[in-house]
Amino acid sequence: MLSLLIAALFYIAFLILAYGLVAKILQYKNTPAPLKIPTMPAPTTQAGVVFRMSKEVVFFESLFKSSKVTWLFGWLFHFGLFLDMLRHLRYFIDPVWFWVVIIQPFGKYGSILMLIGLAGLLVRRIVVDRVRYISAPSDHLILVLLLCITTTGMAMSFYLGADVISVKSFFIGLMTFNIQNIPSDPVLISHLVMVAFLMIIFPYSKLLHAPGLFFSPSRNQVDNAREKRHIAKWARDLEKTN
Amino acid sequence: MADNKFDTPQLREYPIIPKLKKGVMSHSKPFIAKEPHQEPLGFPGELVDDWENVAIKKMADLQGKYRSLQVYLDSCVKCGACTDKCHYYVGTTDPKNMPVARQDLYRKVYRRYFTFAGKYFPKLVGATDLTKEVLDDWYSYFHQCSQCRRCSVYCPYGIDTAEISMAAREVMDTIGVGQKYCNEIISKVHKIGNNLGLPGPALEDTLEGLEEDVEEETGVAVKYPLDVKGAEVLLVTPSADFFAEPHVDGLIGYGKVFHEAGISWTVSSHASEAANFGMFIGSYDNMRKLAVRIREAAIELGVKRIVFGECGHAWRVAYSFLNTLAGPWDFLDPNYPVPQHICEVTYGLIQENKLKFDKSLNDDMVLTYHDSCNVARASRMGDKAGGQFLIPREIIKATCNNFYDMSSDTIKEGTFCCGGGGGLLTDDLMELRVKGALPRMEALRRVVEEKGVTHMAAICAICKSQFSKVFPYYDFTMDQIVSVHQLVSNAIILTGQNDENDEENHPQEDIDEAA
Ligand code: HEM
Ligand code: SF4
Ligand code: SF4
Repeated sequence: MLSLLIAALFYIAFLILAYGLVAKILQYKNTPAPLKIPTMPAPTTQAGVVFRMSKEVVFFESLFKSSKVTWLFGWLFHFGLFLDMLRHLRYFIDPVWFWVVIIQPFGKYGSILMLIGLAGLLVRRIVVDRVRYISAPSDHLILVLLLCITTTGMAMSFYLGADVISVKSFFIGLMTFNIQNIPSDPVLISHLVMVAFLMIIFPYSKLLHAPGLFFSPSRNQVDNAREKRHIAKWARDLEKTN
Repeated sequence: MADNKFDTPQLREYPIIPKLKKGVMSHSKPFIAKEPHQEPLGFPGELVDDWENVAIKKMADLQGKYRSLQVYLDSCVKCGACTDKCHYYVGTTDPKNMPVARQDLYRKVYRRYFTFAGKYFPKLVGATDLTKEVLDDWYSYFHQCSQCRRCSVYCPYGIDTAEISMAAREVMDTIGVGQKYCNEIISKVHKIGNNLGLPGPALEDTLEGLEEDVEEETGVAVKYPLDVKGAEVLLVTPSADFFAEPHVDGLIGYGKVFHEAGISWTVSSHASEAANFGMFIGSYDNMRKLAVRIREAAIELGVKRIVFGECGHAWRVAYSFLNTLAGPWDFLDPNYPVPQHICEVTYGLIQENKLKFDKSLNDDMVLTYHDSCNVARASRMGDKAGGQFLIPREIIKATCNNFYDMSSDTIKEGTFCCGGGGGLLTDDLMELRVKGALPRMEALRRVVEEKGVTHMAAICAICKSQFSKVFPYYDFTMDQIVSVHQLVSNAIILTGQNDENDEENHPQEDIDEAA
């Protein structure tokens, strides 16, 4: 019964996540950017834009320029999250790829980075008057949610242990539409329920910053306005009418 | 207005981030546009019935037209990195002048009407209905943004509050709540061709006067032509250049450069304005109509090149948008970029050794340079990224012996706005303008004290006007702001100039006597 509930939850969460994200990405893609507005100085070639973007995605370059403290905690959290997500791949692939095996311990350290990062971000949000002013309840809660996911996960991998084999067969089962039993460990169940909830809110919250960054015209445009005429369809239609 | 009395902020020794003081600038509002300023732009003359619905419809329309708006509204994570980056926040300490808080005035309405979370859990995500109070806040705080893009440099996603301000102003215009200063000016350009409403004959008089002055001073007949068909270059320059100090000294400089290089040029009475306030109000349509005048003038006069004079946002519209708005420019000489900045022209000539300068003629000044936001963060000069920083500085160094930059976090892409950009250069916003100038004034004060700087050069008509006005509040004098081409004009040695003996003489004395 529990396994069925969790399975249903994950199917729903996945569908919402996939549908929501695809819809948002299509919306961004299909909305024209009628004017050239890269924040200058900007790259003058497409390759340059790829380089600029990579620095933003990997190192949070602009954030580094603006606030070292936020950068430090923010980057630790995301880098930790990234490592930890790679570590989690082992639950979804069989046999586990060689490099996923190699990084298992790093994924574990990743969770420590996440914890430090999230805690730092939450403290900053509460302590710095400017950041407190701009925060809605949801901004605090999302950090709390991520902290809970991280701590329940860490509790399992550092102290309590989890029945990794069963968890894996459950998820492989999910992917092959062959529902398996999930261990009824309350820590594991709460971890999973919160992750499913995170997946559900992803496309309807500020977590859209992840796809958003790639569509931000101030970062992804090439500085070539004089060389190449840039015009949106609706703007061209305007030219016909007057 | 009740706010005629206000305190000029204290210059701080260490620019620490100020504590919030809620609501201290909520009284700051520019005069509202009346019907005669609204109608020529295609906007209703007063608040329309059912304005909430009209506004929401307009928001939906803009979200569908501008990817920037849609992406920026969704993507902000409230990280707070931008909160201390706005000069209006630094100068006023009003939290709604933090870029993200300014965006949130718009975002909270967006969330309420367009997002799942905002529709069903408004309190949770800080979403609110579009009420009269919200509209008042919009009018107040979207007219406390000079669209300088400084916040966008520091935001991890490049979120540009200027885009949100433009959208908000467009929404307000659409429901009949326009800003008088901008909209009155735009209607003048639609009618007459420039912001000041100077008709052709007045321009002609002014330009003739300049020719006489320059000939008297140098003995060389430098021309300042108007509507000359077949000239090589159409010069489009902010109308302030035609009469006000220090702008006009810049115009004199452009003329001398063209003269010395043997480039024929002309001003057009049809497109006698480089400024394009259509951008400030976020109206693509108005911006385009103003830009098309330049195209019409170029065709009418049969020029081969278009060169823009010293103006910040005009250069943004010219460099980044002109090709989009009024292109293609395939009928012009393909050997030159369209358009060019006057600084690019002058710099090119300096590199080719076509101009001769006596730098000592500027020895009465120690200079620094103010990067104007729209030149620095919204456009380029030359063929390499960052040319907009290099080229004006190289011109200054070629014409002056004494030049020092202000501290590095206040120049180039980190430059602070003068405090008067984005359609805020109006007397009804004087308090905001003075307070918004604070970070620039602090940086200037530092080089004045440490390096003995006496003058600040700029290439923007708005910056120049703004500084002449706010300098006295900070114990500077209004003539401490100069045009870059004023420095060129001072130092250039024209072929056949009358003081041939300047080798042994002290040239600046000649100038002083002549003045
Ligand atoms: C392309 C991938 C991503 C990039 C480039 C990215 C980048 C950033 C940056 C630069 C910030 C601002 C700094 C900070 O406050 O930490 C941020 C904030 C945040 N990110 Fe991401 N992110 C990505 C993916 C994700 C994912 C997958 C999640 C969660 C599942 C996430 C959760 C968050 C949260 C919760 C914040 C707000 C932190 C706060 O409260 O200050 N991000 N992200
Ligand atoms: S664009 Fe400039 S004035 Fe507007 S919010 Fe950003 S920093 Fe402030
Ligand atoms: S820096 Fe960007 S993401 Fe961060 S609060 Fe400001 S606008 Fe939002």
